[in-house]
Amino acid sequence: MAVAATRERPDRGRSLGSKWYGIAPDYTSAGLTQYIDLFGLPRFQADVSNTIEFTILFLIACILLGFGSAVLLDQHVRGTIFFQNIFLFPLAISFVVTGTVWRWIFNPNFGINLLLEDVHLDFLKSPWLADTRTALYGLVIAAAWQMSGFCMAMFLAGLRAIPDELREAARVDGASEGRIFLRVILPLMRPITLSAIIILGHISLKIFDLVYVMTFGGPGYATDMPSLYMWVAVFRQNLYGRGAAIAMVLLIMVALLIVPYLVWSLRSEDER
Amino acid sequence: MSSKWTRRQFVKTTGTAAGALVLGGAFAEFLAACASSSPTTSGSGSLEIFSWWTAGGEADGLAEMFKIYQQKYPGVKIVNAAVAGGAGSNAKAVLATRMQGGKPPDSFQVHAGQELISTWVKADKMEPITSIWNSEGWDSVIPKDLKTIVSKGSDVWSVPVNVHRGNALWVNLAKAGSSITPGAGNNLDAFLSALGKAKSAGIQAPLALGSKGNWQVTMLLENNIVAVGGADFYRGLFNGKSSWTDNNVKSALTYIKSMLNYVNSDHTTIDWDQAAGRVQAGTSVGTIMGDWAKGYFTANNWKPDTDFTGIASPGTEKTYMIVCDTFGLPKGAPDRDNAINWIKVCGSEAGQAAFNPKKGSIPARTDVPASIFDSIAQKFIAEFKTDSLTPSIAHGSAAPEAFASGVNDEMGQFVQKKDVNASASNIAKLADQYLK
Repeated sequence: MAVAATRERPDRGRSLGSKWYGIAPDYTSAGLTQYIDLFGLPRFQADVSNTIEFTILFLIACILLGFGSAVLLDQHVRGTIFFQNIFLFPLAISFVVTGTVWRWIFNPNFGINLLLEDVHLDFLKSPWLADTRTALYGLVIAAAWQMSGFCMAMFLAGLRAIPDELREAARVDGASEGRIFLRVILPLMRPITLSAIIILGHISLKIFDLVYVMTFGGPGYATDMPSLYMWVAVFRQNLYGRGAAIAMVLLIMVALLIVPYLVWSLRSEDER
Repeated sequence: MSSKWTRRQFVKTTGTAAGALVLGGAFAEFLAACASSSPTTSGSGSLEIFSWWTAGGEADGLAEMFKIYQQKYPGVKIVNAAVAGGAGSNAKAVLATRMQGGKPPDSFQVHAGQELISTWVKADKMEPITSIWNSEGWDSVIPKDLKTIVSKGSDVWSVPVNVHRGNALWVNLAKAGSSITPGAGNNLDAFLSALGKAKSAGIQAPLALGSKGNWQVTMLLENNIVAVGGADFYRGLFNGKSSWTDNNVKSALTYIKSMLNYVNSDHTTIDWDQAAGRVQAGTSVGTIMGDWAKGYFTANNWKPDTDFTGIASPGTEKTYMIVCDTFGLPKGAPDRDNAINWIKVCGSEAGQAAFNPKKGSIPARTDVPASIFDSIAQKFIAEFKTDSLTPSIAHGSAAPEAFASGVNDEMGQFVQKKDVNASASNIAKLADQYLK
């Protein structure tokens, strides 16, 4: 009896979290304590709120910029191909490069602030990444710069797929161009917007490289993200159990975003 | 007939008296012994050395040690498996993956102290090198304090190749003028008033700080704890003899808070080297950083003790905050014999004399001639012999990485919120969690 009581339960397959701390694997079940500890940590609490704020701002910025530039490019004027490519180019760069470049741009002493000073827009000067209040916005700007071109491409494809007959029918019915845009074009963009939210949303929830390069989560926890903390916990602190718990939380967060989309798209395929 | 005679002669010369059958066996063994013993002088196979020394003086120093190894064992092919990345953060991740996957390098760079002991030795991934330590007679040339932090139980687990000083203040001699005079009244209060004078003389940020990653602030903390509480108090924090809730810790934090009044506003976005750059440019007067900062200055054509100087950081005279690189022997090293020879080179006088001047550190051995070093290193070598040695938190020697990394996070909070009591109690909590 005594032996059975002290023996470790070999339930590695079923445990939600392990006690693994240190280099050597330890699959002893820790039940839910890893998660309870995790959500009690100020750093992780900051991570969750940062990642939500970042995702919302990033999505809004990408969709507005992407849709705006797509509408402009859809006006059938000369040079659209040129700008189409220019807007799409940042997508070809890795987040590491984007992060490094924007870190230089945001340097409070010799970056964009100097430019603002030269054009007498001093009120726009900001410490950017050096201040806890503005650092996250710096990150959003860099990420949106890179990904809004992708959004533009999606919306442009959507706009071009709208048959001219639809617009003409609306015109025949006497609708103004503004009304056509609001009542015909915008509703047709809904599936594109949803796809953009899903694709960009999971990128932003998992964002790691950009943060690693630009701020490393600083100042304080102002730009820290769950993915960065997961890496730090495992490879800096040797807290493998905690890193695994963060990975599970990330998986659940991404699943919350993706699964409804999958269900919706499968159902609409059935209906077809 | 003649062949029988030769055989008999052979029996005599080899000294193995036995029948013809046994003799055949003995001869084969003799041949085998020849085959395995003769190449040990020149070596064979390969030697994979893992480190994060990829640039500048560090890589040069490593190359010098490779040269010495190659002279002794020309038959060995050295594989330099260095992984780039500040303070080894990327390299450590790669190493952990390799060790867990059962593919260790032959020898790897590891900071002395808890980074070695609580990460690798506790996980049973290392082989002790006690017999090498004893046969090479390192007891008489490497300080006992240093041996202690690479030991666990009765065994030694790695050999120190160098010692960096974590508690150093670097000043621009042209800018220092009379405001920060090295040596005189070297304590924290005098330092703060000197910074105040420099600021009122028009230097906006007399103290340069680069705190991206926060470990630089942890260095300020450990230096200040030593300055306030002394070396014994500091060492006691890690063996339970002194308490993290002590007022000395709060007082050390309060001094950092005061220092922050005099630092550059963009410190969270820059690293230590850019802070050193401020000192060289004259926009700041000094910076508190390890002696790798000296390597930055000399690489940028500054002359030691002419353009700049380095002294013990304020209030920490007579102590040496050690940041020490060592090489150990992982279990299952593919070329174990070559690795053992490598460890011998690392601990040898020739190896350390070749490595350290390039690296900018001082040798762990006390018998390397000081004349081959610059004037600041010579001063540090002399102080190293008499100072009391304290292990660094920020560089993995004093405490397990979970604690060090937790303190880094907390210092990141502290430079934002400047709340002495909250940070002191959070650090005490971390100590409860990871130091017991």
